[in-house]
Amino acid sequence: MSAFANDLSLAAPEIWLALAGMAMLMYAAFRGDRGWRESVWLAVGVLAVALVILADRPMMTVAAFDGLFVSDGFAMFMKQLVLIGGMATLVAGLGYMKREGMGRPEYAVLIVFATLGMMMMISANDLIALYVGLELQSLSLYVVASFQRDSLRSTEAGLKYFVLAALSSGMLLYGASLVYGFSGTTGFTALATLFEGDVAVPFGLVIGLVFVMAGLAFKVSAVPFHMWTPDVYEGAPTPVTAFFSVAPKIAAMALFLRVMLQPFGELVGDWQQIVIFIAIASMLLGAFAAIGQNNIKRLMAYSSISHVGYALVGLAAGTADGVRGVALYMAIYLAMNVGTFACILAMRRDGRMVETITDLAGLSRTRPLLALVLGAFMFSMAGIPPLAGFFGKLYVFLPAIEAGLVWLTVIGVLSSCVAAYYYLRIVKIMYFDEPAAAFDRPMGAELSGLLLLTGLFVGFFFLLPEPLLAGAEQAAAALMP
Amino acid sequence: MDGLPLLSLLIGLPIAGTLCMLVVRGDTAVVARNVRYIALWTSLITFGLSILLWISFDPSTADFQFVERRPWIPDYGINYHLGVDGISVLLIVLSAFLIPLCIIASWDSITTRVREYMIAFLMLEALMIGVFCALDFVLFYLFFEAMLIPMFLIIGVWGGPRRVYAAFKFFLFTLVGSVLLLLALLAMYFQAGTTDIPTLMATEFAPELQRWLWLALFASFAVKVPMWPVHTWLPDAHVEAPTAGSVILAGVLLKMGGYGFLRFSLPMLPDATAYFTPLVFTLSVVAIIYTSLVALMQEDMKKLIAYSSVAHMGFVTIGIFTLTTQGIEGGMVQMLSHGVVSGALFLCVGVVYDRMHSRLIARYGGLVHRMPIYAGVFMVFMLASVGLPGTSGFVGEFLVLTGAFQVSTWVTFLATTGIVLGAAYMLWLYRRVIFGELVREDLKSIVDLGRREILIFAPLVLVVLWIGIYPDPFLRVMHATVAHLITQTAGTVSTAELELP
Repeated sequence: MSAFANDLSLAAPEIWLALAGMAMLMYAAFRGDRGWRESVWLAVGVLAVALVILADRPMMTVAAFDGLFVSDGFAMFMKQLVLIGGMATLVAGLGYMKREGMGRPEYAVLIVFATLGMMMMISANDLIALYVGLELQSLSLYVVASFQRDSLRSTEAGLKYFVLAALSSGMLLYGASLVYGFSGTTGFTALATLFEGDVAVPFGLVIGLVFVMAGLAFKVSAVPFHMWTPDVYEGAPTPVTAFFSVAPKIAAMALFLRVMLQPFGELVGDWQQIVIFIAIASMLLGAFAAIGQNNIKRLMAYSSISHVGYALVGLAAGTADGVRGVALYMAIYLAMNVGTFACILAMRRDGRMVETITDLAGLSRTRPLLALVLGAFMFSMAGIPPLAGFFGKLYVFLPAIEAGLVWLTVIGVLSSCVAAYYYLRIVKIMYFDEPAAAFDRPMGAELSGLLLLTGLFVGFFFLLPEPLLAGAEQAAAALMP
Repeated sequence: MDGLPLLSLLIGLPIAGTLCMLVVRGDTAVVARNVRYIALWTSLITFGLSILLWISFDPSTADFQFVERRPWIPDYGINYHLGVDGISVLLIVLSAFLIPLCIIASWDSITTRVREYMIAFLMLEALMIGVFCALDFVLFYLFFEAMLIPMFLIIGVWGGPRRVYAAFKFFLFTLVGSVLLLLALLAMYFQAGTTDIPTLMATEFAPELQRWLWLALFASFAVKVPMWPVHTWLPDAHVEAPTAGSVILAGVLLKMGGYGFLRFSLPMLPDATAYFTPLVFTLSVVAIIYTSLVALMQEDMKKLIAYSSVAHMGFVTIGIFTLTTQGIEGGMVQMLSHGVVSGALFLCVGVVYDRMHSRLIARYGGLVHRMPIYAGVFMVFMLASVGLPGTSGFVGEFLVLTGAFQVSTWVTFLATTGIVLGAAYMLWLYRRVIFGELVREDLKSIVDLGRREILIFAPLVLVVLWIGIYPDPFLRVMHATVAHLITQTAGTVSTAELELP
């Protein structure tokens, strides 16, 4: 097999997604809006096939296309999460799309393209490739954020997201150009070798690094670049918010890890304090700002900000164990968030979506199972054992303590106590308050199925943590050999 | 060891019971009746098993017994590791003893969401037993922390008017303490390279590190005990929780703090323990005197008993930190005694609350005229709480003070004033509620204890007198373990032989 054919085979999942996405576009053009439901299932199928192709790849680390693209265990693990997140949120949105007049096939196509962009980001091994993947993802996301084009809130969300994300892309690009200017290369492998040993790092390069980090922090919505998150989460259609809260976040976190640990891995001393700062700021802001929220989507936005903070604690450790912690954290975060958003999508009264948390009042009487599952997600997000969220936190705090970042972990656990307050508030509203009118039934087989899966995962992860831990372990070993 | 995994059975049975309850079908009344019986029988069988555990426990050794060990997260060497020693075995029996009583006590008083209530109680039982027999700290933490969920729901769903406030306060206070415990445990893991509790006990940590670790552990256990000044969650939680919730809270949950000191702080961090002992003594003495004074002024019966709990647990912490045989064994007996007595006192309050729906002391008076059996039962527990010889309270307090006398006469002196104050508030409470003229019209039709209530109180009275008159079966199982613990902590066993009261 020629080198080029080999390269192509390494990127097979991405190539499949690109071809299938274009084919779906054709299908959408010929079928028109009537075909929206098929297009969603088609997109789920496409992502599932990509998952199968991905699972078939060899686990070893191979660079392709002259080092622009890398396929390794870490990329595979994160891509699997992204694909699962994409499929789950597509399925979860079916009922919503039908009722809220979002039934247009472009939605599914855009999700496929966004996923393709994310997979490119995760596998990027060069600043240019990184930017291309990031922009493909972002452009698709701008459109889906404002997909409910008759809704003022949705279009506002899309516009806000566009303006702020464009700014952050600009910062990232500026940082990348500085890095290139002071090092003469954009390839991650070349950059990594540049800093080996005891070499003086040009100051301009550090500035560039900071700009790159600012751009990445925006993508994972870490403080102080989090401002877009609550507005976009609240304004975007709920299935889109669900998608936003998992797939792009996981992809951006994977990118963050790779950029920090591979090309700039030797510069830990320079970026560690920045990561510590944004981790602390994200955890605290996420915890305190969520207390006053009444809209559950906004609350989930702040919750995701604080979760990013916890994940960054693992990165701050800068060790393979830390990476394993982050990978595990993102997997658990995926399950908790998909589940919670499935619950939010079931919050429908008299045919209309409701979004304030007081609408959940007395849910334990009207819908005991739904309340139980949502309660489990809340306790899990608060990090109460034996639910999965506890293990996520455990595995990021462990390496941080090992790396001597005691104060970071102390602040981390204390802010998790603050965060526990608002998660508990939801439990309180569901269990302690007098019931409000019941939600509409049925909530749909697809939501029930998702809730069952994610609920089982979150509730019983502790019985069998081994497979996921092993996966995260392999991912970490690939990133930090 | 025989092949029966007794500890796993003790943890698994209540969980199996909750699973059975989940599948009960039928209309509300049928479900309520069936789940009550399931819960009762499950907890009774669990209690039977715990008695079996106690009987087959070998008191001659300080080693862990009934050990079960299976890999759980092998990457980190975390095991599913269970075992009991002389300290934990009795606390397991206590937990298993109180749960069936709680379920009977809730038989008629809980009428809404019975299924959820019973599930919460059985889950709580499984987790409590798990805490006392976990020998791997990740496992321990899992049980320790997970307990917050059912307790939060018990207070919040079935509690009184200010239940939401109380439930949040309880949860957040305990959570803040627990997360620091978690960090300390993680730090110990990196020093020792294991999460195995027996191995950690044998590990020596650097003195400087020990102090930090000790403080982090203290934050958690002091909230649980609770010690002054972090006791403020307790009166709220007790007052608002349903009767059975208060019983479990006072009876078992507070004991986790004392157990934590005995299992972690003392053997693992001996230098820091010696360093911080004056702090513990000071806080305990303040707790004893201050909360006793506060208890004197309470108008709500449950609140009064809650404050008395803080004072009594002060004796426990003093006893534990004397590091003498008498002190630690006294602390243990005091924990058992307090578990039974304060639980019983809350049940006593529950009896009149079920009838009159008020806990205000001023609301009652002269109950002896209508409720002679109740007055007698209440008297036994009141006197046990005061520490009258012949009751369980005396044994614990006497041993604690004997131990404390060897260490510091001042601490002993100040703690003893607490006993005087204790007698004052309990006797005064008793006089105001039970004696005097029966003046209130609505009290004239109040009825004495029913058969179900007598059934609850009879075992409690028996246990209180048993510990008071013949405590040897309880002390015997802990001798070896306590002696071993003192060697681990102080390096030497105190020479004074234990005298039975």
